[in-house]
Amino acid sequence: MLRFAIPVVVLLGLLALLGIGLRLDPREVPSPLIGKMAPAFDLPNLDGSARITPLDLQGRPVLVNFFASWCAGCQVEHPVLMKLAREYGVEIVGIDYKDTREAAEQWLARHGNPYRIIVADALGQAGLDWGVYGVPETFVLSADGRVVYKQIGPMTDAAWRDKIAPLLAQGSASR
Amino acid sequence: MAEIGHYALILALAVAIAQGVLPVLGYWRGDQRLLGIGVSGAQTQFALVVLAYAALSLAFVDNDFSLTYVASNSHSQLPLIYRLSAVWGAHEGSLLMWLLMLTGWGFAVSLSSRRLPPDIAALVLATMGAISVGFLLFMLATSNPFERQFPVPAEGRDLNPLLQDPGLIIHPPMLYMGYVGFSVAFSFAIAALITGKLDLAWARWTRPWTTTAWLFLTMGITLGSWWAYNELGWGGWWFWDPVENASFMPWLVGTALIHSLAVTEKRGVLKSWTVLLAILAFALSLLGTFLVRSGVLVSVHAFATDPARGVFILAFLTIVLGAALLLYAWRAPRLVSDGAVQLVSREGLLLLNNVFLVAAAAAVLIGTLYPLVIDALGLGKISVGPPYFNAIFLPLMVPLAVLVGLSARIGWKRAKLGEALWSLRWVALTTLIAAVLLPYVLERSFAWLAIAGTALSVWLMIGALLDVTHRVRSRRDRWQGLRSIPAATWGMTLAHFGLGVWTLGVTYAGLFSVEKDVRLGPGQSAEIGAYTFTFQGTEHREGANYQSDLGTVFVERSGQPIATLNPEKRLYPSQRSVMTESAVDHNPRRDLYVALGEPIGDADWALRLYYKPFMRMVWFGGVLMFFGGILAASDRRYRLERSALKAPVTSAQTAAT
Amino acid sequence: MIRLLRGVHVLSLWLLLAAAIVPTFVSAQPAAPTPTPPAPLAGEQQQRYDTMINQLRCLVCQNQTIADSSAPLALDLRDQVHRQIADGRSDDEIRDYLTHRYGDFVLYKPRLAARTLALWIGPFALLAIALIAAVLFMRRSSARQPATPGVADAERIRRLLQEQEGSD
Repeated sequence: MLRFAIPVVVLLGLLALLGIGLRLDPREVPSPLIGKMAPAFDLPNLDGSARITPLDLQGRPVLVNFFASWCAGCQVEHPVLMKLAREYGVEIVGIDYKDTREAAEQWLARHGNPYRIIVADALGQAGLDWGVYGVPETFVLSADGRVVYKQIGPMTDAAWRDKIAPLLAQGSASR
Repeated sequence: MAEIGHYALILALAVAIAQGVLPVLGYWRGDQRLLGIGVSGAQTQFALVVLAYAALSLAFVDNDFSLTYVASNSHSQLPLIYRLSAVWGAHEGSLLMWLLMLTGWGFAVSLSSRRLPPDIAALVLATMGAISVGFLLFMLATSNPFERQFPVPAEGRDLNPLLQDPGLIIHPPMLYMGYVGFSVAFSFAIAALITGKLDLAWARWTRPWTTTAWLFLTMGITLGSWWAYNELGWGGWWFWDPVENASFMPWLVGTALIHSLAVTEKRGVLKSWTVLLAILAFALSLLGTFLVRSGVLVSVHAFATDPARGVFILAFLTIVLGAALLLYAWRAPRLVSDGAVQLVSREGLLLLNNVFLVAAAAAVLIGTLYPLVIDALGLGKISVGPPYFNAIFLPLMVPLAVLVGLSARIGWKRAKLGEALWSLRWVALTTLIAAVLLPYVLERSFAWLAIAGTALSVWLMIGALLDVTHRVRSRRDRWQGLRSIPAATWGMTLAHFGLGVWTLGVTYAGLFSVEKDVRLGPGQSAEIGAYTFTFQGTEHREGANYQSDLGTVFVERSGQPIATLNPEKRLYPSQRSVMTESAVDHNPRRDLYVALGEPIGDADWALRLYYKPFMRMVWFGGVLMFFGGILAASDRRYRLERSALKAPVTSAQTAAT
Repeated sequence: MIRLLRGVHVLSLWLLLAAAIVPTFVSAQPAAPTPTPPAPLAGEQQQRYDTMINQLRCLVCQNQTIADSSAPLALDLRDQVHRQIADGRSDDEIRDYLTHRYGDFVLYKPRLAARTLALWIGPFALLAIALIAAVLFMRRSSARQPATPGVADAERIRRLLQEQEGSD
């Protein structure tokens, strides 16, 4: 009468699955862009003096940080970005998302400017193409222009230390 | 006072352990005194849990913010009624309510235990005691609502504004009554497996308990759906969210169980299947608890998930369900069913009904857990949402609805399909005519889905009435015929009719709803069909513990005023959250629904307008099922009658159809 | 595909509550300017738009379609779907566009693929197995105990009599 044992077998499978499930984070969704070339864009920089494309970001690893002057999370992460830029000499490219030049400039004047290049994405098209959920978000690009990591939400010391710094170290070592 | 509650729980644990262990020992040794501990244990335990519950309620009434749980879920400005309902507003307190109901069901069983053989009563209560042990341990170890904190905060963090709604005062208790109620059927199943006795009497005892649990679950789900519709502002009433699915799966299996119990009672067959369903219904209730409280699914987001809780419930699931199903694998083969089941017979169709209901429950389970499976296998992240469930669910439910109508003319034991179909010819014809005409008359549509949905709905409604009409017509004195119909039959009729009404609502509200997202300034209007919605702007209001923007929308139909709707956007500062209170003008025919979106510019607002035909029927159908359940569960006479008649005499009923 | 059960929308807070969890909201991005809802499209296109936005997940919400959410991302995505339908792109093209950016997670109706085979076929396979099992069970049970023809006949006669009586 093996069929009477079927339920208990199904239960075991289910319990094993739930056990594994307990160790997963359902909210962590990896970007489909990882391992691919950075999505194209052709946008002005913040003061409108030049146009920027992903080609301008190649040749060295960079952090691409989507921010906006109206975004609360950006203020939270700002000190971390400042530290990365000043103390570790990380090159950070800012993409000013759905914002105006005046507001962004004021905001940067008040909080400091960690960015080497600032791209003005006034309509949010680059944000859409990069699969941004909402600001702030930070992408790590390798020297050859591939996306190697995406941080959703504010940058933190922990994310830098545990995830991004090792990736950058790896990138520069292999070069 | 809080400490009294805490001690009461600890004592209750001790009692529950005794209640779980000693009667089993008594059964082993044939010791009547040990068997009797089941009854006294259940009653003592219930009293202790009531005491603990009262202690927690009192802490809420007194605004005793030295209790972490009270401080996190209440506020001195919170109205008293919400302070009382805040007891079950979050994890710890809702567990206490779970427990209150579990012990309450145990208490109820203990009261009626004199009608049961002592060994069965003792084993049922022992099983319930064992379940209690798990929940008490869980509470005391990981989720103690009586935990104190220092320093004592001056003010509480307030109850989640979502829960500050009258609909929500009774929805969770109803739902828990349903979930927990299946523990009784579960316990009866365990007792049947241990004793090896599963006879007519067993089915008769188990039925009313199961039906009662089912009717509470039905009402709980209906109320929740109604509340979500009014309170969330998205115009939807069912979202296939994992948490909803967690309540729907036990409902589906519970419905299957009710029907298989009927077969087991009337024909003495499908015994091991019925027992399995009784185990599964409760298993799915527990699984729901796990899914909701462990944080494995996205729905369960944002509360500080304590991994210890997930591990604990998983361990508990493993022990309770593992033991139950091992017992099943070992003992179920002995539950011999005598008698044949023909495909074309009432029991044959009920078996098919079970197949579809269980397949539907399995589909919901697969859809709910699939993202987890994919993730666990390292295959990435996917979403499974409403479009999937709707696509899968429909083909599973349609044959079921056809069967329900058909079964009215199929008798027990063996019937002739041809005869049954022939006798249904007028019903079928009426159904067809109605199905073609109604969508056109009501909504000017010949859409095939509308025709199919209407057909099913009319088929169900007429089919539901057939049992009654034939019982009446089979007697010479029709009035006497009407009076001779047992309450259980009325219950079934009402529930099946409710299913038809529900189908009608789902079909029309689903197919013919019109939704408009508009930006309106004061004085501007938008139209849906013949209805004109004119926005009058918003004004600022101060509520007891919130501020709101109250909008005014005039609705006219062909120039005639119909309603003034006041949708509202509330800001609860203590929780910094915004709530949407939609405004609905409803009659049985249609709902007109307005929700405020976001302000745009100075005085303009984004508004959501809906026209939803027959929306009320969705809940009305649920309410009918609820009352059908009450009638069926209350039918003592019917149960006694069955005890007098043994299986063969059921043909009397066959003849009556 | 017309949504018969229009059960598309939000994370069901009601049952969350049932589950007695306090949902803290993923706070929507503050202060991003709210755009005006897009103008309606022509007949069939509007239908496609309505269907489509009810099949896409608002990624920043907990469990909500972009049709239901008023989060900035949902508005952006609705706008994008709207524009692309107006531009004459097919549903598949739009879905590809979105999955390239957001992954399959954005689709509430997973596409049929190797890894979703069990999802789409599983329920019906189970149904088929259960139906076969039920029919086999009934066959075996009747083979074991054939119903006495006498009883069946008697029943039939009774029923015929009843019917005559009923149709009077």
